[in-house]
Formats: sequence, C-alpha cells, structure tokens
Amino acid sequence: MSNKITIDANEAVARVAYRVNEVIAIYPITPSSGMGEFADAWSAQDLKNIWGTVPLVAEMQSEGGAAGAVHGALQTGSLTTTFTASQGLLLMIPNMFKIAGELTPTVFHVSARSIATHALSIFGDHSDIMAARSTGWSFLGARSVQEAHDFALIATAASLKSRLPFVHFFDGFRTSHEINKISELSEADMVAMIDDDLVYAHRSRALSPDHPVLRGTAQNPDVFFQAREAVNQYYDDCPQIVQDAMDKFAELSGRRYHLFDYYGPQDADRVIILMGSGAETVEETAKFLNHKGEKVGVITIHLFRPFSVKHLMAALPASVKSIAVLDRTKEPGATGEPLLGDVISALFEGKALGIAPFEQLPVVIGGRYGLSSKEFTPAMVKGVFDELKKDTPKNHFTIGINDDLTFTSLMYDALFSIADPRTTRCVFFGLGADGTVGANKNSIKIIGEETENGAQGYFVYDSKKSGSVTISHLRFGPGDIRAPYQIGIGEANFVACHQFNFLERLDVLKYAEENAVFLLNSIYGPDEVWKHLPEEVQEVIIARNLRFYVIDAYEVAQKTGMGGRVNTIMQTCFFAISGVLPRDEAIEQIKYSIKKTYGKRGEAVVEQNFAAVDHTLANLHQVKVPLVASSEIQRRESVSDKAPAFVRNVLGPMLAFEGDDVPVSALPHDGTFPTATSQYEKRNISLEIPVWDEDICIQCGKCAFVCPHAVIRMKVYDKSYLSDAPETFKAIEAKFKGVPGTKFTIQVAPEDCTGCGLCVEVCPAKNKSKVGLKAINMAPQPPLRESESRNWDYFLSIPDIERADIETNTVKNSQLLRPLFEFSGACAGCGETPYVKLLSQLFGDRTIVANATGCSSIYGGNLPTTPWAVDSVGRGPAWSNSLFEDNAEFGLGMRLTVDRQTEFANELVRKLADSIGSDLAEEILGADQSTDAGINLQRDRVKELKQRLASDSSRDVKQLLSLADFLVKKTIWIVGGDGWAYDIGYGGLDHVLASGRNINVLVLDTEVYSNTGGQASKATPRAAVAKFAANGKPLPKKDLGMIAMAYGYVYVAKVAMGANDAQTLKAFKEAEAFDGPSLIIAYSHCIAHGIDMRKGLEQQKLAVQSGVWPLYRYNPDFIALNRNPFNIDSRDPSIPVEDYAYNETRYRMLLQSDETRAEKLMDEARGDVSKRWELYKQMAAMDYNTAKKNEEE
Amino acid sequence: MTDLSTNYLGIKLKNPLVASASPLSKNIEMAKALEDAGIAAIVMYSLFEEQITHESNALDYFLTRGNESYAEALTYFPMFKDYNIGPEKYVRFIADIKASVNIPVIGSLNGVSSGGWIDYARKIEEAGADALELNIYYIPTAGDLTTNELEDAQVELVADIRSQVKIPLAVKLSPFYSALPNFAGRLVAAGANGLVLFNRFYQPDIDVQTLEVVPSLELSNSYDLRLPLRWVAILSDQLKADLALTSGVHNEEDVLKAMMAGAKVVEIASELILNGPARATEILTAMEAWMVEYEYQSITQMQGSMSHRSVAEPAAFERANYMKALQSFDRRINYPKALQGD
Repeated sequence: MSNKITIDANEAVARVAYRVNEVIAIYPITPSSGMGEFADAWSAQDLKNIWGTVPLVAEMQSEGGAAGAVHGALQTGSLTTTFTASQGLLLMIPNMFKIAGELTPTVFHVSARSIATHALSIFGDHSDIMAARSTGWSFLGARSVQEAHDFALIATAASLKSRLPFVHFFDGFRTSHEINKISELSEADMVAMIDDDLVYAHRSRALSPDHPVLRGTAQNPDVFFQAREAVNQYYDDCPQIVQDAMDKFAELSGRRYHLFDYYGPQDADRVIILMGSGAETVEETAKFLNHKGEKVGVITIHLFRPFSVKHLMAALPASVKSIAVLDRTKEPGATGEPLLGDVISALFEGKALGIAPFEQLPVVIGGRYGLSSKEFTPAMVKGVFDELKKDTPKNHFTIGINDDLTFTSLMYDALFSIADPRTTRCVFFGLGADGTVGANKNSIKIIGEETENGAQGYFVYDSKKSGSVTISHLRFGPGDIRAPYQIGIGEANFVACHQFNFLERLDVLKYAEENAVFLLNSIYGPDEVWKHLPEEVQEVIIARNLRFYVIDAYEVAQKTGMGGRVNTIMQTCFFAISGVLPRDEAIEQIKYSIKKTYGKRGEAVVEQNFAAVDHTLANLHQVKVPLVASSEIQRRESVSDKAPAFVRNVLGPMLAFEGDDVPVSALPHDGTFPTATSQYEKRNISLEIPVWDEDICIQCGKCAFVCPHAVIRMKVYDKSYLSDAPETFKAIEAKFKGVPGTKFTIQVAPEDCTGCGLCVEVCPAKNKSKVGLKAINMAPQPPLRESESRNWDYFLSIPDIERADIETNTVKNSQLLRPLFEFSGACAGCGETPYVKLLSQLFGDRTIVANATGCSSIYGGNLPTTPWAVDSVGRGPAWSNSLFEDNAEFGLGMRLTVDRQTEFANELVRKLADSIGSDLAEEILGADQSTDAGINLQRDRVKELKQRLASDSSRDVKQLLSLADFLVKKTIWIVGGDGWAYDIGYGGLDHVLASGRNINVLVLDTEVYSNTGGQASKATPRAAVAKFAANGKPLPKKDLGMIAMAYGYVYVAKVAMGANDAQTLKAFKEAEAFDGPSLIIAYSHCIAHGIDMRKGLEQQKLAVQSGVWPLYRYNPDFIALNRNPFNIDSRDPSIPVEDYAYNETRYRMLLQSDETRAEKLMDEARGDVSKRWELYKQMAAMDYNTAKKNEEE
Repeated sequence: MTDLSTNYLGIKLKNPLVASASPLSKNIEMAKALEDAGIAAIVMYSLFEEQITHESNALDYFLTRGNESYAEALTYFPMFKDYNIGPEKYVRFIADIKASVNIPVIGSLNGVSSGGWIDYARKIEEAGADALELNIYYIPTAGDLTTNELEDAQVELVADIRSQVKIPLAVKLSPFYSALPNFAGRLVAAGANGLVLFNRFYQPDIDVQTLEVVPSLELSNSYDLRLPLRWVAILSDQLKADLALTSGVHNEEDVLKAMMAGAKVVEIASELILNGPARATEILTAMEAWMVEYEYQSITQMQGSMSHRSVAEPAAFERANYMKALQSFDRRINYPKALQGD
C-alpha cells in the first residue's frame, strides 16, 4: 500500500525530479519557483538522490543561463533538470533546439503559464508549451497533482530510453499550487523505473578528453538537411517507449496511463479532446452526463509530442460524430489553435492510412478556454458538448467569457453543477495577513492524511501585496477529489468569512448552498451581530436557511498572544462545526499539526497556538437568525460613482471579484490603460492612520518623503483657501523660504493608508511634554475616517504648487511637489516605493518609465487599479513594462526615440523658421531646459508654435506638429529590482550604460528577488539566507556601482533614504541633470529581510553606519574640472556589521540554525565591508588635479 | 599555610572567588583561563526564558509575515529543518564547560512562567551543573501587584523548583524588598541553599539629545560593595543558608570584607572584565599575603567575624550609621558665604 501524502504539484514533481537527477540548474519564475526552492532546500539538507549522492543545485542568472548550464551538464554526462514556466521557457528555447538536436535525455518540468502579450499574467495556460513545441522535444502533459508526480518519473525514464529530451508540463497554479491527496512514489519505484544501464549509456556519450569527440559543428547546405533527417527514427520510436514506460509504471503503482486516454462509452457520439487539468473536468462532467443518458467522451492527450496518429486513432471510438478540440492557448492568425491543427491533421492521416476507427470523418471544431487560469467548469464543458450536438457547431469558439465583440463565445448555463453530494465543499475568505490560507493548507493536510477522505485545497489571491483578500476552496469526501475548478456559486456547504468588513464590499455568501454553515469572525456577539450585517447578507442567510455561527477571533487572538493572526482559531471553529472529525480528535490533530509546523521555531510558539485552540470553542456561538432582514446597512459599491466610467464599469467589477463577468468589448484591445486609477479604490485596510500634530511639527517634510504610499501630503498655500475649509482641517503658518503662500498643512489620506508607521518613525519632532508623541502619531482610523476623508478631499482641492515656482533641492521643498505615484498595492512599509514616488515628484511631468518585471511592475501595473498618476493639467509619467530581462534595452529604445524625434523636430524648426517666426524658432532651439522653469517656458513656446502653424497643412508642418512635444525635455527612467539589474538584465544594463545615452537607471535593491518570494540574486550579501541560498550566501554582494564607475562616464550613486534623505534627493537630481547614463542603486528594505517594516529606515541607517551600504556619488562631470568624481557621502563605519545584520531574520535565522557557519560567514562579511571601505577611501582620495600635476612636473 | 577554602551550597571550594553570571562564561577558553587564574567556581551567564520566548515568537512572526498574501510570493524564506531556539544551546554549553574545567559550574536561570522555570531548571541539572542560581530579575511595574503577592509567588517558585531538582539552589535577589530578612528567611524555608546579594540591574539612562531611554550597564566599583556588605552582615546571622556577595568586589580587601561580614563566597565580574582573568590570581595572592600578615589561618576563621551580631556595635549596620554618615557629609558641603554663620 503506497503512502498517501497531501501536497501540491510543485512539491510532488520536485520530490521525483530531485531524486532522479545529479545536477539541477534553477532560476525563479512563478509558478514554478516552488520546485527549485524545494530542490535547493533539500540539497542544503544533504538529502540524497536514488544513487545515494546529494544533487548539486545551482542558481543561474536567467532561464537562458539555466538552460545553458543544463546543456553543459548534460553534455558532460550528468543527469540534469530544471524547472520553469512562461517567459522562462521561451528563454530556454535556443538551448532546447540544441539539446534535442543532440539527442540528449533530460526533463524540464514546466508549470505551464501564460506568455506576456498585451499584459503579463502569472497564471496558467499552454501558451508557453505551444511556443516551445517546435524545439524537437517530447511533451508529456499531466492533468492533476497525482499525474504530475507520476509523469515526472515516467518522463525521465522515457527520456533516457528514447534519448529525446522531455518537457513535462502541468497547469500553472491550477495544478502546480493545488493541494491534493496523492499516492507517493517510493524510492523503490524510482529505482525500478530508472534503468541504470541507460544512465551509463548517457554518461558514455559525454564529452571527455579521455575519449574526445566534437559536438556542435557548423554544417553547410551539403549535409545539414540530411543530418537533420537522421533523427527521425528516434521520434518514431518515442511514443511506444513512453507507452512502455507507462505500462511498467502501471505494474509498479497500479496507476495506468496511455498516450491518449479515452474515457467514455464505446458508442459515444461526441468527444472533446484536450490536455492538462481541464481534461479531468471534462472527464468528470462526461461521467455525470453519461449517467444522465448522454453519449459523450473525452480524450486526454498526455503525449503531445511526438504526436502519435496511430495511438490517437486507437483511442477514438468509431461512433464519434463530432469532436471539439480545446486549446488553452491563443494563436492569432492561425487556421486554428495548435491542438486543433494536430487533431485535424491526424484524423486525415489516420483515414488515409486506413487506421481511423470511423468510416466518415467526424465534424471537428476547435475552441479556446481557460487562458490565464480562467475558470474551466463543468458548466462550460456541458456548453461545449451541447454545441457538438448542433448540425453546424461553432468553430473557433471561446468558452468561459462573454465575447460580445466578435461573438466567438459559446453560451452555457453557468449554474449547471456536477457537485458530488458526498463531497464537503468549503469556501473561506481571509486576509493575507491573518493566516487563513496557511491554516486551510494545514486543515486539508490533516483531513487528507488523518482520514480516509480525499482532500483538495486551492487558493485564490488578489493582486495586492498589502491588505490582500484570499479565498480558499477546500473539498473533501470519499474517493479522490477530481475537480480542478473552484467551488461554484451556491455549491458550498460551509462558508467562512474571517474578516467582518469583507461583508461590506464582497458577495461572500454567493457560494453558500441551501442549509450551509456560515462562520463569521465578528467583534459583535451572537445577540448583537445581526443588526451589523448588510441587508444583502441578512437576506441570503434567511433565504438559504444558513446555520450562522460567530466567534470573536480577534479577542481570542489578543488574549492568547496571537496578535492579528486568527488562523488557528478559525481553523478550530471549522473543525468544530464541520464535523469532519470528532471534536476531540480534531483538536488533537490540530495540536499535532501545530507542533509539526511550529515546533522547530520553539516551544513558545507552540504553546501560544495551543492556547488559541483551547480558548476557541468557548467563544464560538450559533446565532439565532430572525425571520426577516431588517438591516439599514447596504453593501458598498467597489468604486465611487464619481469615478470615470471606465473605472466604474471595468475596474469596479474586478475590484469586487466580479471581473469574470467583464465582456470582451469593455477591454482595451492593445493593453493600453488610463493611469491615475488607484485613487478610486478606497481600500481602508489599516486600523490605524497617522494624525498630524501641527503644534509640534517643524515642517521638515520627512514624513511625506518616506511615505511608501503617498498618503501623507503637504502643501503651502494662500490663507484665502482656508475660508471654507472643513472644521477639522488643520493649518499652521508656513515656514518655507521663497515659497509662495503663508499657510501650511500636512494631510493624510485616511482610506488609502496602510498603517505602516514609517512616517512616525522618521519624524524628528518630539513632544517636549510627552516624548512618546511626535508631530505625527498613529491613531485608530474608524473614528477619523469620515472627517479626514472630507479634509483629504478639501486638501486636494487646494491647488498644487507650481513646480517652477520652487527650488526642489531640499527635502522639505521636494515634498511640496505632488506625487505622481500614489496608493500602490505594495507591501505596507515598502522600501522601494518612496524612491519611485520621489522620482515621480521630481520629474513625473516629463518622464517615461521602462519598468522591469518584478515588484515594481506589479505594484506599478497590476490591475485592477494602478498608481502612476497625473498632475493637475493631466501630465504624468507614461509607464510600460516589456520583460524582465530586457528592461534596460527597452528604456534605451525609448531614449533613442526621444533623441531621434527631438533632433528631427529641431531640424523641422530650423527648416520652418520663417513660418514659425525666427525669434520663436531660435528660442525653441536654444532653450535652456535644465530647470523646471526652463521647461515650462519651452512648453509655452511649443504651444505658441503649434498655434502659429495650426493653419498650415504642408507635409513638413504636419510632421513637426506630430513631433513638437519632443521639443520639450523628456526624461527616461529605467526602473527595476536587483534580480533584473544584477542578474537577468545585467548584460543589457551594461550595454545601455556603456551607450553613453542620457538615460537614468533606478535599481531598487532589496538584495533578493522579492516579487517571487525572496530568492538570492547576485545582490544578496554574504551571510544572508535567501531561497536558493538556504545555507547563507557564501559569496559577497556584487559591486554593481563599481563596475559602472569603471566606464568613467557613467553617473553612479548609492543611496539609502533612511540614512541620508538629502543625499538621496541630491543623487536623483544630479542623475537626471547628468547628460549621459546614470545609475542609482537604492537600498530598499523589504519584507523578505524579515524585519519589522516600521524599522525599515532605521535598518537603512544601520546599514550605512556599519559600512555595509556606503553612500557615494560618482559624477563624471567633475573629471573635466580636475576634481575627483568619486565622493563618499557616509562616514567611516562606526558599528559592527552584526549590529545591523542580526536585526534581520535573513541573517539571524542562520545564527539560529547553524551558528558555526553563521559566525564564519559573518566574519567574512565584516572583511568584505572593511576591504571595500578601504578601497573606496583610496578612490575618494585620488588626486584628479592634472593641471596642478602638470605644473609641478 | 593559609587555608583559603570555603564551603558554598554544600560544595567545597578552593577559595571564595567565584566568577559571577556574566559574559565571562560565554566562552570555553575564557572559562579555562578563569580556572587557571584560580577562580574557584563559575556561575554561568543567565538563561533568560523571556529571551527564548521572544526569539521563538520573533522567528515565527518574521518567517510567517507576508506569507500567503500574494500569489507569486507565498513565502519569503527557505525551509529549515531545525532551529536552535530554546534552552538546548545553553544546556549543551553547560555540558561543554563542565567537560572543559575541573571547578564547579553553577547554572543561572531567569524564568517567566513557572513551567519555564521548572523545565529549564531540570535541563540545567541534567546537563551536569553542580548547582543552580535562580536569577529573580523582575521589575514590578503594575500598581495592583502587592508586595505579598510578589513575595508569595517567588517563594512558591523556589519551593516548586526545589521539589523538582536535586542540585543545590541559590537565589539571586534584588535589594528592593521591604522586609528583606523575613523574605530571605522564607526563601530558605522554601528550599534555597543560598542567597546571592545582590542582583545588578541594567539601569536605563536618558539621552537628552535624542530624548530616548537608552539601556546601559555600568561596571561596578568598590563603593558598590557597601550595600550587599551591610545585608550580608545582617542576614548571615539569621539564615541557615550560604550567602554570596556580589556587586563591587574589586580587590582583596573587598573579598576580606565580604568574608568578615559573613559571606561564603564573593561573585566577581566587573574587575575581571576590566582587567582580565589574571586579576583573580593577583587578588588571591594579595588576600593570602594579607592573611599571613594579619595572621589569619583560614577564610572560615574570618567568615562572619564582623556580622551584624558579631560586631561590638550592631547599630553600626543600622540607622545610626545613616545619621552619622549624613552628618559627616553635611560638613563637606561648601555652602555659599551668605548661608554660612558668622
């Protein structure tokens, strides 16, 4: 009897891949990162493979690099693998052609994901698989967690035997992240499947100077073609080799697979053909329909390449009359999607060869479904089967969306359900921060591993990194749970809402079926809660006869020291009410699981969670439900009715988790969206907000400077604006030199604040009578929400200061500029966004941003709402994200346009000087645009030029009018994280810096790949632990600034605003002013450092004081002035490195797990700091005064 | 031959110089050096339950925070098989030190919960400690906590630990008890074999520039000896328990005073931190020379010779002393002329 485990597919695959390989090259990309993380952690723990040795896991700088390393390791005889998805797989394609051309066995495990087109998506479909299908690799597709586990082994065995490399793929998120109960393969199974003789054969083909060969020749027209055809037999043999491996596997495990698995009656008239998780949905739906008397079948394609016509023909029932081929991809302009083409071609060929089971070719239609993890439900499957009944079914259809533009979509009954009455279905709404998902993962493991039930968990997250909503879908019941789709409307027996305020904005109970249980975390007790529920909620509770329970989990959490984490408490309630296990046993299991999960972190944590469990049940109450709804509270609209129509009609439903209903016609065709939309999403995620104490304030502007979410603003204005100000609006006499206006206000946006507290931490003004208070202090938000919202609206109505009217060379003055980056979904207290916001304030009216994929592209460009904003006249940063790897080049391209178009516009101005007026033309051509005032004047000139030329329709004038805006200065900012700048995009960055062009690069250096969950980059410092550096990084951080300085003509600055805000400001202004390439490397504290984010700025200060992060500026303009271009802006290190480092979990956790190694690495890290400091000091001391030297000579 | 040996907590020590709980015992090499310099026993640095709890909670918090919020970053740190959170490291270190030196090693513990105190005390005993010093380091700040409640709880704690461990127990106290002799007596009745007088607290300071409370720990000086000296003198007559004097022991004279007041040992740290372990040798040599000069045969001979009841004027340790001191201090004040009598 095999061991049952309840895990997700990433782990299920990694458990096999790790054991049957010797070298593993990794690089993070969602949703495959988990596989690499497991491999790296196991390797760090010295876990051995089936041959008794520990695989070598190496992180590369990109997927292209990983593929290259894999290629090299394979060529020298290692069993090698990698894990990837989407753009990562695309970057591997060149090597994949080579690896296949050289008949090299390997398996790449791919969690299939959308490829970025009009937008990036991290979610699942087959567009990456299809893009790689011409590489000559075999493609084996799994449709479930169990199959992914099994196929990881089958693919490896078949690859060794066939000598063809395999892509083993499964659906990103839907399968990679679904937790399901599976049978675990034993080491004996793996040993039995992997033939050691084939391993020896692989090694014998390796490159070795002991028996040298040459591989990778260049060939010419005479033989290339023939040599290419020499591989045919391998492809001909491969399908049977895979089937043989599947058969052998069946003998070992009892689980039987085929290249094309047919389910359905032998007299089926309609068949759907597809691959991936959707096939399981089709199969389960077909079973249901056949039970009702229909004759439908499904063919699951497991082996997509080599595509075996013979095996497909053998699988199809002779009775089939119509076939729908479903593709989880889109290939615009093709005759159909790839699978459709393959099937049609196979049917014709099968017929021609006489191996088709039918006399007459069936009708074949193709359709698209499930792009970017769009739900694919039994209702949709039924829609397709129903379509196949028609005489002329729709071809090239879509299913699951409303295409009201080209009318491709099939209609279907969305409420059709095949939900098994024996299965329990539970939906939980939680906050990311409250631990709901973690608890549910735990619950499903308990159920899977401690009961006979099948169990499944799938988790949906929203697009924000702070205050994000999570929805957990849990199913359990007798037999395997084969339902790779979310729990549908009206299908849940149990709905839990872990945050009371969700009821105000989300339709939580739409999932509840009749008589379901509704569990609510509520500060109101069983007698009080009813009147606090929105009317819509009351109505559903009554209409569906819900059993309604409440618990004040916040109180239990507070009393038991759990803080805001209600996970264990709500989990206990779930077990107590659901009855899946007897209560006592459930509690015993929860405690066992707590011990298992938290035990290694110390007894205190375990005890705290135990206490939470023990205090829960006494606080759980059933609510007596009245007969009628009586609430005066209604659910709120997701956006204000004052928002623009696009925001209301498109972004609004997305915010309410109703985006699936948005029709095709409502969406931009080319991925172009309006900016400045985050202002309409009032998230109200913080229980506390800063409150300004105007009596204490010294008007330094630091609070606004560091605010990551641009919710603290300041204005200087004329006192006349106070005449109709709200009663609670605060103002004091302004203390700003040379700034027009006499009144000053600091205002907080109460509904947009995330409550991070950085403003309070940075405030230098203490209340002299009570030093615990400052000029800005946190206070509960709810009582202030209404009045401060009014104040905020009023504040916005006061005109912004004209940027040309002030000098922005001080921190306080800079903060009078309106942020054109506001209310992003970044983590509360984010260390990156204050820099981005500063950039937007200083240069936003003339900036185009090229943004590398990563945190900054996600909080900067992830729908529904986005933070890049506009000023009062509608100007603001224009923003785009191309890829992860090409951002520097992308930005350079923008610069090339600006340079070329500006030059062309200048040429035209010269040419048309007579029409323009020679004075104006000269002024335009000779304009000094080095200041905001200069730029403003030029804008006026260009406006005048346009007016003067408006009536002229000559070709040159038309050309000039279309380019005239380029006569006004444009600034290019290339923004990205360290993963981009130090690793994947480094080659491009280097080239762009070397180009000499006037571009500005801002590296938001968090020292890890933050967006994908904290994997090490070359920016990761020595001694820090990160994913992919689980033993602590053994080598020092790359000195990117030093490399850039080596060019001698690149402006370089290293900044940390928490240590020196004035230096940061200076560096930004100098970088933009420098007429050439500029690079700013900005210390960005990060949640991935494991710090109290409120202390992020303090950590920046300590980083600088310890010498870990020296501040400097390198200005090449000084060289011509005989001055040393390198200036160190921080003092000699004054505290030990560990006084900085050991405040951070990333360093501490190594000390807490392997003290000896931690001390060794810390010792080396100290050495890194002192060596670098000495070097910098020498550089800063160099004498550049060549004139003086010449004189002396 | 002068006999420097003494008995403390039922353990015979070669002399009364014990290294007190401090960073001195965080390093095996230092422990060996102390032994070589003549130190008779080492009290380990304190195991703080509160710190372990804090570290455990902090680790859990930071490893979990931000998890499962955003689909691309469901966690931020790699999985570790194990952490050294908990008393195990400390306990292992006791065993290591025991294996490295031949002098007695005394564990030191500061607990929070009664479960923690008992559990950790047992572990320290199992690791081979020769005795255990309970470091009752507690700042009562709650207005509704009465003296009785506080003292009852501490007495109960000592009794609980006594019932669970067999090695000798010493209790390290603060000087801030209203009726110290009574309380000390209760501790001894509850099973304490000795008392250590007194704990030296971290005394926070205020930085007037930054308006922040800053932690500080000043090393002691010989003047600090006075407070424990008085109480050793008072208590040594009353208690059937061994007293250790700590705070302010810097030279041979300080040690001699402590012995005369009735201490069985002194615990010394600041002097050794300042001047290195070899300073212990100097003190012992000087002590011995003094004893030779003044013809003392043994330490035991002088122990308690100047205790409260042994001196001719017990009042010298009492309030009269205070009055006299104030008067003498008064004479040293330089009053402005206007206030001086003609």
